[in-house]
Amino acid sequence: MHDFTPVQALVGGALIATSLAIMLIATGRIAGLSGIFAGFIAGRRGDWAWRAWFITGMLIVGVAFELARPETFDHGARVPLWLVAASGVLVGLGTRASNGCTSGHGLCGISRLSKRSIVATMVFFAVGVATATITGLVTRSV
Amino acid sequence: MNAIIPLLCGALFGAGVCLSGMVRPSKVIGFLDFGGAWDASLLLVMASALALHVVAWRIVKGMTGPRFGTAFPGPAASVIDVRLVGGAALFGVGWGLSGFCPGPAVVSLVSGTTASFVFVGAMLAAMLAFDRSGRTDG
Repeated sequence: MHDFTPVQALVGGALIATSLAIMLIATGRIAGLSGIFAGFIAGRRGDWAWRAWFITGMLIVGVAFELARPETFDHGARVPLWLVAASGVLVGLGTRASNGCTSGHGLCGISRLSKRSIVATMVFFAVGVATATITGLVTRSV
Repeated sequence: MNAIIPLLCGALFGAGVCLSGMVRPSKVIGFLDFGGAWDASLLLVMASALALHVVAWRIVKGMTGPRFGTAFPGPAASVIDVRLVGGAALFGVGWGLSGFCPGPAVVSLVSGTTASFVFVGAMLAAMLAFDRSGRTDG
């Protein structure tokens, strides 16, 4: 299997869950990432600082990884930038319309057996797989 | 504590997506593209995270309220509507095209890669536009 990293995947998943679990248990927030960012740019008073701190924490650790292990990140685009921009628009609209992304629906919602989250996650996984698979077939054939 | 908890949790989240490879669109596509050399790693990320988060909800059930917040979330809404399904489908198309999802994409900004900035800029602009249009309940 290509690029299979089971130990990092299991430990990484545990860290992600621990992060969102502490937010939930200590502060009562379902800290889905698309929701954190949407509230951050909306800039609502009194509901902003914790989002800024969360994002700061993410970025500090990101910098540490970039310095210690630059191969953590892709340093180049896989697809043309116009496609990346279109993808950003779709992800922005889609996560706001459905109120969640991989973390909010896929993790926080499914783990409490939320019907909405189960449906949303099945849809975005299925559509994501279909899109990536079709894109891959087209890209490899040209 | 209002700063320390989210700062620490953001750091844990960042470490999780860096270590698991979710910050690399090439790895995400390796999982989503069934026609290529398939990489099951992200399935394990999901399994491990879900197993732990189930425990978190159990703990919440046994508590009266959060120590550093006002209340725990109420019961999950159960309305399955066009907005939920359509939104999830749009997200799926975007995710499958680029391999970026919101959290890891923002962390990947630190790599200075142009694609990360293009993605995050477009995503935030679209979120703001959607929420400003008033069609949001969150």
